[in-house]
Amino acid sequence: MSFLLTCPHCGVREVADFAFGGEVSVRPRETPTFRELSRYNYFRRNVAGVQREWWYHRSGCRTWFQAERDTRTNVVLRVGLPGELGAELGVGP
Amino acid sequence: MREIFRSGRMWRRRGDLRDSYDVVIVGGGAHGLATAYYLGQLGVKKVAVLEKGYIGSGAAGRNTTILRSNYKTPEGARFYDASIHMYERLSQELEFNLLFSQCGHLTLAHTDRAMFVMANRAEVNRLHGIDSKLVDTAQVKRLCPPLNVSPDATYPVMGALYHPPGGIIRHDAVVWGYARGADRLGVEIHPYTEVTGFERSGSRITGVRTNRGTVRVGQVVNATAGWSSLLGEMAGVELPITTHILQACVTEPVKPLLDVVIVSSQMHVYISQSDRGEFVMGSEIEPWTTYRMQGTLNFLQDLTRHTLELFPQLEHARLLRSWAGLCDLSPDYSPILGRTEVENFHLSAGWGTYGFKAAPIVGRTLADLVHTGKTPELIAPFALERFYEDQLVSELAAAAVSH
Repeated sequence: MSFLLTCPHCGVREVADFAFGGEVSVRPRETPTFRELSRYNYFRRNVAGVQREWWYHRSGCRTWFQAERDTRTNVVLRVGLPGELGAELGVGP
Repeated sequence: MREIFRSGRMWRRRGDLRDSYDVVIVGGGAHGLATAYYLGQLGVKKVAVLEKGYIGSGAAGRNTTILRSNYKTPEGARFYDASIHMYERLSQELEFNLLFSQCGHLTLAHTDRAMFVMANRAEVNRLHGIDSKLVDTAQVKRLCPPLNVSPDATYPVMGALYHPPGGIIRHDAVVWGYARGADRLGVEIHPYTEVTGFERSGSRITGVRTNRGTVRVGQVVNATAGWSSLLGEMAGVELPITTHILQACVTEPVKPLLDVVIVSSQMHVYISQSDRGEFVMGSEIEPWTTYRMQGTLNFLQDLTRHTLELFPQLEHARLLRSWAGLCDLSPDYSPILGRTEVENFHLSAGWGTYGFKAAPIVGRTLADLVHTGKTPELIAPFALERFYEDQLVSELAAAAVSH
């Protein structure tokens, strides 16, 4: 089986309801060098552990939101709209 | 004569790790073992392959065994073709029957757009001397009589890219053959030896920490596929890789029915029949990243539905098992090979869903790189640096549906 994800608006749904938007990454400064921009575009941490990531509720309310998921177990620890989860992993309001 | 009935070990059980090795290869799959084998051939001594599980327990033992070289970019086509030619001679070289069957490979087209892309691929392939051509529906039916090419199908078959040298091989045998060959050349194979970190001095790695102790090292090769990012992080090398599961399944053995490999990008499925009679079927990766090798029900539902559209005869076939493996996906669907900013840490990564077919050429070229310090011309386009320079080698059209 795959796993369940909780949309902040719609509630618990099967993961196939959502589109995956990749890990949340730090945006480069306003005028990045070409190398910094390429690094932002292509390079990923790809952690084995808790990862903050983007999801889109494709088959529901069409909201972009964030989740913290353990990539070793696929257990979703927290979800929230952008800005709701705080700056650090696992430390939100 | 009696020899052939005697069961011996294919490679030696080694004791403790030595204090130091000239080359440590992390990952005991097809790529790691092939690299070790060709290093042995070049006369490099003190080579160790460290594998955290058993030999061939990762992607090398979980793929759907399809070999082909009909890629879309000149860089890719040339590279994979060199690999197929090595596979053609590999059973003789390793003195081990790898059951390579060049039964032919058909990539079905169901739309005008797909026919256009296939025609493009066929031209690139032919320019590089690769046997690959566009065929129409009637020819597809002749090449694969059991295939449903009815115009009433959900996605009727309009034609296919036909690649006669493509086929299937016994994947475990490739692993075992390379392991035995490497062992005979003096390589130490250490299963159940997990790398936990590296010791660095300046821009070099000086030591490899494992669950069985720390060893000093001359050069390191990261051949860990789905786990490449984790090894990269230990070495201080960032990678443009995400890890996803790819799934496959087999039916119970049935009578011989299918003697070509059938791929449909539109339906996200590739199908072959093994020598034992099992239908082997695979699909595409799950879109989300994960390190958990657990399959999904959606995969089985979609895959079986699409397979039945192509082969309605399998209506009553029973699935024997399904499984998942980890794929290290790169942004351009091409591999990442060779040097990194850490001068003695080399990569075979970014293999997504197409790494198995490249094992021999990866082994040979990485062994050359480690031995001579020079990047072989064949793998130069696949350097990690291309992502910083935004010089991608896009194989999206020819590799996105996995195999």
